[in-house]
Amino acid sequence: MEEVRIGVYICHCGSNIAGTVDVAQVSQYAGTLDSVVIARDYKFMCSEPGQEMIGRDIKELGLNRVIVASCSPHMHEPTFRRVCEEAGLNRYSFQMANIREHCSWVTEDHEKATEKAQALVQAAVRRVFYHEPLEIREVPVNSNTLIVGGGIAGIQAALEIADSYHKVYLVEREPSIGGHMIQLDKTFPTLDCSACILTPKMSQVGSHPYIELLSYSEVEEVSGYVGSFKAKIRKKARYVDEEKCTGCGLCQEKCPWKVTSEFDMGLGQRKVIYTPFPQAVPNVPVIDRQNCAYFQKGKCRACEKFCEAGAIDFEQEDKLVEVEVGNIIVATGFQTFDPSIATQYGYGKFDNVITGLQFERLCNATGPTGGNIQLKDGSIPRSVALVHCIGSRDENYHDYCSRVCCMYALKHSHLIKEKTNSMVYQIFTDIRCFGKDYEDFYQRLVKEGVNFVRGKVQQVTSANGKEADQGRLIITAEDPDNSKVTQVPADMVVLCAAIESQQDANEVAHILSISRKADGFFLERHPKLDPVATMTEGIYVVGCCQGPKDIPDTVSQASAAAARVLALISKGKVEIEAATSIIDEEKCSGCRICEFLCPYGAISFIEDKEVCRVNEALCKGCGTCAAACPSGAITSKHFTTEQIMAEIEGVLV
Amino acid sequence: MKVEYQPKVIGFLCNWCSYAGADMAGTSRISYAPNVRIIRVPCSGRVDPLLVLKCFQRGADGVLISGCHPGDCHYTEGNYHARRRFALLRNFLDYLGIAKERLRVEWVSASEGQRFAEIVASFTTELAELGPCVKERSLG
Repeated sequence: MEEVRIGVYICHCGSNIAGTVDVAQVSQYAGTLDSVVIARDYKFMCSEPGQEMIGRDIKELGLNRVIVASCSPHMHEPTFRRVCEEAGLNRYSFQMANIREHCSWVTEDHEKATEKAQALVQAAVRRVFYHEPLEIREVPVNSNTLIVGGGIAGIQAALEIADSYHKVYLVEREPSIGGHMIQLDKTFPTLDCSACILTPKMSQVGSHPYIELLSYSEVEEVSGYVGSFKAKIRKKARYVDEEKCTGCGLCQEKCPWKVTSEFDMGLGQRKVIYTPFPQAVPNVPVIDRQNCAYFQKGKCRACEKFCEAGAIDFEQEDKLVEVEVGNIIVATGFQTFDPSIATQYGYGKFDNVITGLQFERLCNATGPTGGNIQLKDGSIPRSVALVHCIGSRDENYHDYCSRVCCMYALKHSHLIKEKTNSMVYQIFTDIRCFGKDYEDFYQRLVKEGVNFVRGKVQQVTSANGKEADQGRLIITAEDPDNSKVTQVPADMVVLCAAIESQQDANEVAHILSISRKADGFFLERHPKLDPVATMTEGIYVVGCCQGPKDIPDTVSQASAAAARVLALISKGKVEIEAATSIIDEEKCSGCRICEFLCPYGAISFIEDKEVCRVNEALCKGCGTCAAACPSGAITSKHFTTEQIMAEIEGVLV
Repeated sequence: MKVEYQPKVIGFLCNWCSYAGADMAGTSRISYAPNVRIIRVPCSGRVDPLLVLKCFQRGADGVLISGCHPGDCHYTEGNYHARRRFALLRNFLDYLGIAKERLRVEWVSASEGQRFAEIVASFTTELAELGPCVKERSLG
């Protein structure tokens, strides 16, 4: 065995580490340890001079192991592994000691911090002694991409990728793509008509030769890894043949049954065979089985009688489609907070207390009132109050700010002013106009004569005190600064309900092996420097499923994810885990415990030899098998028992 | 001056959730007991009972194994295996004369820096009450 020659580099990280840890002392200490040829401390190891220092030492001093004691390996392990590789070492000759996140930043006592840093360095030195070079393996990247969710985020990402001639499978669970954006009337601060800017993109998706749109479908299972995922998608039965349907709309006209429209947020009605809105993509209706007279009572079939194309198919069944893709973009969007949970706001009790999204439909020309802002009884409100922060910035529901409500409340105010003579009140806790041109929009609304009332709403009550009264409402709000209570009279109350994670976000997270934050939104790889990727390579999160955001931010994030996917496709190959498990057949007793533990089916039993063997292409390196093997026949590479034992001894010195 | 006893704790943290959670505690500058030493493992499922015993043998007063929350394992189910394995080992520890409270299995996600620091705080407090783990020094 060749002589082990270790170089140890202690990073000051400016004052981040050196402000707490005596870096000179740690470096001096490291120099006294076995097999350490050189130990240095330097202001910023990740800087170019820092990296060059390591490269030079590897060559000049013949180092074959390198340790950098600095930040978390999640930050700079790739950097220093590359430095080692460039100097001719295998990347697995490198080890990082985390003396910033796990030491200087969490320890107040300088002496204790220095002692801890020394222990962590000692552990790394002992561990690296047992490191072995591992073979770096590459697999080709499948150039197809799966996008889950067909709102503006999914649409944007799909078009960016498909426009560069790469196939996209876009899966949407509703009958049409469009998401929440297509429900909106106007968008802030430009007052663009939402449908006018979105429908061109939707129809592009519908006709794009590189996009396969799977609407009314859901992803049920995902397996594989970056470069080659397999996904099982359930195409729910529409009971309408997509190939035959011409989208004439006669079936919807003739269907005698009406139910509440989800698209109109319960304010309007739709037929039982329906497209959610006129510009739906695909323009193919769906039969709502739960409410269909034929399915429930065995009679009707009116749609079938009138369909000239013969597209109605009551026998249609769910279909399972399997696709193979290299990358997955998750764009599953959000739902809004249900204000009926918070009974003080009177939602569900008073007819004229509605949500922001319901107001969008009320205001929209294709909505239930043809765009007239009116009360339940059809009359025009004399005054409207927009109540901010319903379910958000509220310790009882969600702590976070939903980000878009201030702006859409201002936009709603403008529309009310434009269409009616109503008084408009904004009842807010803070007005947050953070985006480009947003502040200008706020100033414009101030000039338009909107009344701003600062306060957290305590309750919405009937003006004459009677529960059932559907007349004038009174909003009671308390100023958070001076506890001053204000009462505002209004005919209509619009509740700006929080954006929250989808009800089934947990299932989606499980299917895709991604994590969620405590607030329910999907967790990105790094909050600032990698807000698009996840901890699972090849899976990206975009739009409101990652956190509340407005349309410009959603579009930017979607384009960013598309760029990441295209980068990988253009590279054509991706490195896969080299730190896999290996079984020593001499030691293996053939008990097959490991075979049943392996979550990837990477271990198989070789009948004639009566031993188990690992398929390295399938192994992800979790090491569960190594921990369970009763004969110690399994080595989890780069996390060998020897290496971890050495680390234990090192930290406990 | 009386030197306050500080228990030595080894934390085996999975790379994907808990190690990143401990990183988050650092980024958020939430300080905790300095005698906690973290060892990174790919998955809580990688932790072999022998590694835990080795820690006690070498003078650790407590061992913390932390992985992704149930259902969130990066490797699908490694944390379930860890949970079962260490439920058994805890009983065995008592048999060895090591208080089973000295071994803890916890779930900490990548965003739960605060939770990680709280777990460390409650564990070290409990260990401080138990006093130094002398018994196991005779193990090896």
